[in-house]
Amino acid sequence: MAKRRIPTPVSYAINLVLIALLLVVGNIVISSGITSRAQNSLFLQVGIYIILAVSLNVVTGYLGQLPLGHAGFMAVGAYTGALVWKATASMPAPVSIVLGLLVAGIVSAIFGIIIGIPALRLKGDYLAIVTLGFGEIIRVCIINLPEITGGTPGLLNIPKHSTFTLVYVCVVLTCVVIHMMMKSRHGRAILSIRDNEIAAESCGISTTYYKVMAFSVSAFFAGIAGALFAGNQGSLFPNAFDFMASINILVMVVLGGMGSMIGSVIAATVLTSLPLVLQVFSKYRMIIYSLMLIIVMIFKPSGLMGTYDFSLRNLLEKLTGHISKKREAGTNE
Amino acid sequence: MLLLSQLINGLQLGSIYALVALGYSMVYGIIMLLNFAHGDIIMAGGYIAVLILTAGRNPVLAIILAIIGCVLLSVLIEKVAYKPLRSAPRISLLITAIGVSLFLQNMAQLLFTANARSFPNTVVIPAINFRIGSINISLTALVTIVVTIISMICLTLLVQKTKMGKAMRAVSEDTDAAKLMGINVNSTITFTFATGSTLAGIGSILYCCRYPLVSPTMGSLLGLKAFVAAVLGGIGSIPGAMIGGLAIGFAEVLVSAVGLSEWTDAVVFAILIIVLLVKPTGFLGRSMQEKV
Repeated sequence: MAKRRIPTPVSYAINLVLIALLLVVGNIVISSGITSRAQNSLFLQVGIYIILAVSLNVVTGYLGQLPLGHAGFMAVGAYTGALVWKATASMPAPVSIVLGLLVAGIVSAIFGIIIGIPALRLKGDYLAIVTLGFGEIIRVCIINLPEITGGTPGLLNIPKHSTFTLVYVCVVLTCVVIHMMMKSRHGRAILSIRDNEIAAESCGISTTYYKVMAFSVSAFFAGIAGALFAGNQGSLFPNAFDFMASINILVMVVLGGMGSMIGSVIAATVLTSLPLVLQVFSKYRMIIYSLMLIIVMIFKPSGLMGTYDFSLRNLLEKLTGHISKKREAGTNE
Repeated sequence: MLLLSQLINGLQLGSIYALVALGYSMVYGIIMLLNFAHGDIIMAGGYIAVLILTAGRNPVLAIILAIIGCVLLSVLIEKVAYKPLRSAPRISLLITAIGVSLFLQNMAQLLFTANARSFPNTVVIPAINFRIGSINISLTALVTIVVTIISMICLTLLVQKTKMGKAMRAVSEDTDAAKLMGINVNSTITFTFATGSTLAGIGSILYCCRYPLVSPTMGSLLGLKAFVAAVLGGIGSIPGAMIGGLAIGFAEVLVSAVGLSEWTDAVVFAILIIVLLVKPTGFLGRSMQEKV
């Protein structure tokens, strides 16, 4: 029996309806007052970390490199976005918001290219160390240029533009753009570099071009997430972007399963909400976190989801296919 | 003359970095792991020494127990956390190392609180200054440099002349071939961890004598810089780690002497990046060739 496919427009429609539903339900929950302000802020935080994890997954999971400076790109985006928002406060809000996000993403992507071109000459662990170095340099620069960035006392009074709708529209856009990129020929080229760089190169794929491209796409979305972070917090401090912040994002990607977008989303959601859930044991929180990390890696080194990727369409087809098969079996008897 | 005393200062700092960098370098050479927990082993050594010294015990006992503690801790970590992951992807191993590092830091915070404790450094090395001409040299600096030189000589003899050293070199060259030649790979790896953490223990005491404060996060920045030193010199290479450590030490002291002490970390990383771009495997690293 030929497998019945759900028509593409229908599956798009289902996805759109679900996204709209998410936005409506989220907005209702937030405005209803059931949740505290800390919880509302956490919802936004979860969305921001989903963008960060999914964007880092492009370089770690799909390209197969190991960058340790993702928080650096986030910092660039956060400060750029915040400064643009402060400068354009007189403009109508939607213009200012979109402008801030775009500029944050673009500046961050430019940093990604500047860092990527030299760093990607190196392999494996050396790349990791150089990106770690760039991340730290960005942080030291932020601390030591107080005229622009506010330095250690922080950049304050940033317009709080990040709403639930804005953050989750960005989440959806990030996932869709990265998903579409990975299904295109560019995505296949990136995957082929991960699987075997030499073979990819000998098939005529310009590895440098695609590496820098993956790097800058990743940086672009990290920049947007940074701007949203600034808009959620209202103030920025350089220590929020230290080496541990980069590690946190990397942990989300690896725990979720490298190369699995749904894995990144789930791991980002769980790990970001963990502090609130474990508030009762706040003293032991970090110990539980680190032990969990070690245990998951020992028993499931490929991450929770491996390289599995979720597709609603496949799931629905499986369900409906299963039911129709049962029916057939019933009529045959 | 100021320059000369700064050079000695740099030599002292560089020696400590070199000792710590060796631990990173040896472990990387043998199992290709960036052992992020190495810096926290130093922190553990510092706490052991502080606890014994504040209890009023003999400084020699404190030093010996701190070194033994470092060795036992790192062997335990290797057995529990790294050994099950021998055949796993490298990044899983790296995340495990980060997990161990976080665990040690937070355990220390739970046991000893986040506040720094002062290290009675004058009990270990008396505060004596020598004057040669117009330069002041503290006994601490002298002891640090001499102890480091002795450790380096011992390590070189160990690696070059003993059977275990030969096994270590063989395993880092080609693990599978070493196994076929009858080398016990697991015990060699354990021995490498033990050697690296012995040096870390020594480094920990010397570091605490220079900066007499012990805190749960003291290992992370020291570890990061020593790690940069190891990479700068060529990771996996023992003389490289020494050169890298000294280079970072001098660079740091010189940058502070010029009056840009806030930029020290950025300069250290900038040097690393520039060196890696010119010579992608560090000063003395072997260039790796890929077989198709």
